[in-house]
Amino acid sequence: MITFEDVVKVYPGGSTAVDHLSLELPTGRLTALVGPSGCGKTTSLRMINRMVTPTSGRILIDGEDVAERDEAALRRGIGYVIQHAGLFPHRTVLDNVATVPVLLGKTRREARAAALELLERVGLSADFAKRYPAQLSGGQQQRVGVARALAADPPIMLMDEPFSAVDPVVREQLHREFLRLQEDLGKTIALVTHDIDEAIKLGDRVAVFRTSGRLAQVGTPRELLAAPADDFVAEFVGRDRGLRGLSFDSAAGLPVRPVDGLLLDDAGRPVGWPGDDGPRDTGGTFTKDDSLRVVADLAIRSPVGIAVRVGPDGAADGLVSHHDLADYLAGRRS
Amino acid sequence: MNLSYLLDPAHWELGAPYSIPTLILAHLGYTVLALLIGTVVALPVGLYIGHTGRGSFLAINAGNAGRSLPTLGLLMLLVTLLGLGLLPVLIALTVLVIPPILTSTYAGMRSLDHRVVDAARGMGMRSWQVLTRVELPMALPVLMGGFRSAALQVVATATVAAAVGLSGLGRLLIDGLAVNDYSRVLAGAIVVAVLAVLVDLFLALVQRWIVSPGLKGIE
Ligand SMILES: Nc1ncnc2c1ncn2[C@@H]1O[C@H](COP(=O)(O)OP(=O)(O)OP(=O)(O)O)[C@@H](O)[C@H]1O
Ligand SMILES: [Mg+2]
Repeated sequence: MITFEDVVKVYPGGSTAVDHLSLELPTGRLTALVGPSGCGKTTSLRMINRMVTPTSGRILIDGEDVAERDEAALRRGIGYVIQHAGLFPHRTVLDNVATVPVLLGKTRREARAAALELLERVGLSADFAKRYPAQLSGGQQQRVGVARALAADPPIMLMDEPFSAVDPVVREQLHREFLRLQEDLGKTIALVTHDIDEAIKLGDRVAVFRTSGRLAQVGTPRELLAAPADDFVAEFVGRDRGLRGLSFDSAAGLPVRPVDGLLLDDAGRPVGWPGDDGPRDTGGTFTKDDSLRVVADLAIRSPVGIAVRVGPDGAADGLVSHHDLADYLAGRRS
Repeated sequence: MNLSYLLDPAHWELGAPYSIPTLILAHLGYTVLALLIGTVVALPVGLYIGHTGRGSFLAINAGNAGRSLPTLGLLMLLVTLLGLGLLPVLIALTVLVIPPILTSTYAGMRSLDHRVVDAARGMGMRSWQVLTRVELPMALPVLMGGFRSAALQVVATATVAAAVGLSGLGRLLIDGLAVNDYSRVLAGAIVVAVLAVLVDLFLALVQRWIVSPGLKGIE
């Protein structure tokens, strides 16, 4: 666990970047630090690995004050990913990834062998190993940056806007891969972003900062969407937080109607709704594992206002209309 | 143009005291020594200033001051102070090479992407590891530019050694002028020019070899 104890950072020149921050980042979880530009996210992150020294207060890792650790040794035990990856341009991809293991005393050969495996884990084939950073796309560079931070298998990762330099499609893909990776690895991660959607999507917990370095609220994404602490947080998480909040509710408990009126094939799989010019597309289907947000979206897009649920075999096993969903949500509230 | 001196095989006899190969060797000797001493002095200072950001006025002003010092005048001054010999020549030539090496080292260090240096520190490199494994290799292309220009200058200027009784290709110029043997003067000028080109070519090869391919324009 990483603990901020009443941490203040005032830069020379007098601007207060972090103002009496007390925050806990639980072990094995991803905590997203989010907030408007200049609110002290990067500063907070960099105080964890002592790239920035707090003006007052303490930062503890598993109860131990980081200020008492040897700086370089502390940093070698903490993965660090920065925006634009910050790769070493004069080293090959493989040697970039091997950096920290070599610093920790591994032979170059050992470190490279491990680095090669890691590259595959982040979705880069061995062909990339001998390339230089200048020969990679932005998204590929970010992957190498993540691999480099993971190379020494540190329990903690600090990530400063690691996905911001890529286009939305690539970002989406990196998010998915990253979540899968984190599911396997269970690192304690502090991730800085100014994108609330990213914070909600990736964070087990989200810490919202307001300007001049004060913590506005910290909680699970669901708590944040359901009960923003004040107007600032409410505004920051966005107007559509009601709808977005549905993505944290499972469709498993949602009652369904028997399948009726839907055209099915021999195996019972949905073909479409009857229409004058043949079957009309259902617009997709959901399963018990999907969220209510998916159901709501399907109901809205369906030509008849009804979302279709399918079982594991793909056969339709239930229907949910706009009204059913509204009734369910209303019933849940009371 | 009278190339008779240059083309006379007798003047190319290996090992003979006044033959062109012998003079080239001496010339290269002064050049290499001056570059070596200059690098030993200027490189650490430039790296220190670039790495810490402290004393940058020194790197900038040393460059300007050094460039404006006339080597021959400095050499004469040193000779009156120290007497004849190799030492005043080496000092004068070293003073010539320090500014370009110092300035380019500093410029190379300043041109680095600070995010990369920051990442290196954040990954747990100690200060000297950041310097030797990240900053120096990344600054190398700019640094080599300064070193090559220093080498060119010192090859051309090492002729002053002959003015104070030492060897080197300057002998051909000075002795040739003294006895009105313009063919000899011409030979000296041509050999110095060719030597400068060859030294630069050699350093270009060295540069290709020591600068990471990742830092060259990669297509
Ligand atoms: N080295 C520094 N010296 C002085 N002031 C600084 C320094 N670094 C940051 N600041 C100031 O501290 C405040 C917080 O900066 P910080 O980089 O932590 O913000 P941030 O939340 O990461 O912003 P962004 O989303 O734009 O990256 C800003 O007002 C900034 O100007
Ligand atoms: Mg920032």
